[in-house]
Amino acid sequence: MKSIYPLPFDRTTVIDRDVALLESMFRGMVLIRLFELAVNQLFLRGIMPGTIHLSYGQEAVPVGVCAALRAADFITLTHRGHGQALAKGVSPRSLMAELFGKETGCCRGRGGSLHVGDFSVGALPAVAIVGASSPIAAGMAFAFKRRGEARVVCNFFGDGTVNEGDWHEAVNLAAVWKLPVVLICENNLYGVSTHITDVTLNERIAERAQAYRIPGVTVNGNDVLAVHDAARVAVQRARDGEGPTLVECLTYRRGGHKRDDPATYRPQAEVDAWLAADPIDLFRPLLVGDARIGAERVGAIEAEVKATIADAVAFAQDSPSPDTTHVLEGVYA
Amino acid sequence: MSATTAAGRELTIVQAMREALREEMLRDRDVFVMGEDVRIGGSFLFTLGMLQEFGPERIINTPISEAGFVGLGIGAAIQGMRPIIDFQYGDFLFCATDQVVQQAAKLRYMSGGQVKVPLVLHLPTGASGRGAQHANAMEGFFFHVPGIKLVTPATPYDAKGLLKSAIRDDNVVIFCVHKHLYGSKGRKLVQSSLSSQHVPEAEYTIPLGVADIKKLGDDVTVVANLVMLHHALSVAERLEAEGIRAEIVDPRTLVPFDYETVFRSVEKTRRLLIVEEDNERGGWGAQVAATVAERIGDVLRAPLRRLATPNVPIPFAPPLEAAVLPGEADIERAIRELVAGGRAT
Repeated sequence: MKSIYPLPFDRTTVIDRDVALLESMFRGMVLIRLFELAVNQLFLRGIMPGTIHLSYGQEAVPVGVCAALRAADFITLTHRGHGQALAKGVSPRSLMAELFGKETGCCRGRGGSLHVGDFSVGALPAVAIVGASSPIAAGMAFAFKRRGEARVVCNFFGDGTVNEGDWHEAVNLAAVWKLPVVLICENNLYGVSTHITDVTLNERIAERAQAYRIPGVTVNGNDVLAVHDAARVAVQRARDGEGPTLVECLTYRRGGHKRDDPATYRPQAEVDAWLAADPIDLFRPLLVGDARIGAERVGAIEAEVKATIADAVAFAQDSPSPDTTHVLEGVYA
Repeated sequence: MSATTAAGRELTIVQAMREALREEMLRDRDVFVMGEDVRIGGSFLFTLGMLQEFGPERIINTPISEAGFVGLGIGAAIQGMRPIIDFQYGDFLFCATDQVVQQAAKLRYMSGGQVKVPLVLHLPTGASGRGAQHANAMEGFFFHVPGIKLVTPATPYDAKGLLKSAIRDDNVVIFCVHKHLYGSKGRKLVQSSLSSQHVPEAEYTIPLGVADIKKLGDDVTVVANLVMLHHALSVAERLEAEGIRAEIVDPRTLVPFDYETVFRSVEKTRRLLIVEEDNERGGWGAQVAATVAERIGDVLRAPLRRLATPNVPIPFAPPLEAAVLPGEADIERAIRELVAGGRAT
């Protein structure tokens, strides 16, 4: 393997940006971070069932992308989907309750961490099989296009997905039929423990777009504004009927693949470099420095989010488990 | 019994299916067909002439990319369209197995009922002289999976009414038609008294999950579908002259399965033969046999019998293929043995 380091973060000001948008992006990233940290603690204490794939460290990608979407647009999520769900507007209460397997969860406890989503806010309950969500995303986009609705579908996937046949089939179909799809690759360099350069000769995933004659760009996935800018262009292109764009966002998991993975397969120098390029730590001083938001307001947002997470945990823990007498219901519509 | 008469216009299955498709496409703008070469009719000419009437926006040629277009159909269905995915050969669905088994079949349940997937997969099924990889009895594989409905029409009347119900259903429906039953131009058609029949022009549907008794009898119940239904019917009609009266039950849909009709017939005849083209191991017939044995096994005068294909890939050489598939001679022998043997009371 060959270590891959964060792309340069060359942003010195946010003065040209909308304040409300900056605040909402900051809040969105903090929400995901604190949600994931809370979930991690609940797991370590043995309170939460199931398995879990945490997305902390990768917050800038879903937040930057979803800020470019409208409420009526859709996303498809990955197995590492808590952050994507929160960014599209799934309520922290229903998300946390789903992780606890409660009836008040977004999937009424039938899905769990791997299948979170809320159709009513445009987050298709997650497809946790690598590659499988891409044709489905293309299909949702097909329906929007067919009906003449100016809606787009954003397909989130990881670096491991681009070696799956389903993904290539979907990109080909979306390209040839000019479907309103945005392809967002969260390239965190590892498929579980396997480094991308061990399994892919060309690690620049965005270059695969050329094979399908669609645009492909690589951005610093830890810079929420860089992600947002690329996503806006891609979303507009999709909405204008020009077809899909592949946006490769280079990012990194702060933790392991899942809760019992210490991620010791990652070289320390690489880990250190990426942890130093944390998306929230890069963004916070910009908000404070330009003084339009200020340290006090930033602190207040963080405190609000903390309260939201505490409320979500309490709500989830107090919620009823599904009634087992209904377990056979709902297989068919 | 089906409300059919011998008089009037006679259609083959593929003609009846085309009528159903056309009616449903006229009825609902969200219905469309997608598949390989559907503009020229697809492999068994199901969509013949549809391009001219409905245009390329609704009769959509796909690349050879089954996982891609099945997944795309699922996504379109989730957003309210009603896709019909046409397969040249049902066997190609294996290329999209994850999309069907893991996605389409489960999304409704695991989302807590948030989404529905109204999708029809049309699969030409069964052995037809094309060797091992274009011969799978597809219905057997997907019979196992919760969340899928499974339809196996054997007659033109049933094919039309069931296809219309399948298209209107809010779930994934796999619609299997045997390659030797379409009656498409230039294709072999297994002949029986029901291989072409009168099909009403007036609107009708047949609900999924209701079996049909194709011939009444008191001596033995034969449960068979697809080509085996026709073989069983031909045998039963011949044996009638000897005074052996077999009752022929066509389940028509395997999921949901109409056990009540089978139970009522077996309680009357007290003898049961199940005939299917799938491999014997784990076929739908095994499930029916187990359920009958469990629920009403004490009414049987003789051990129930099954006929199915042995556990071998379908060979090419015509005599070899014929040797492994259940045929009329096998069915006749099994019926005679069942009727002759067993307890007197």
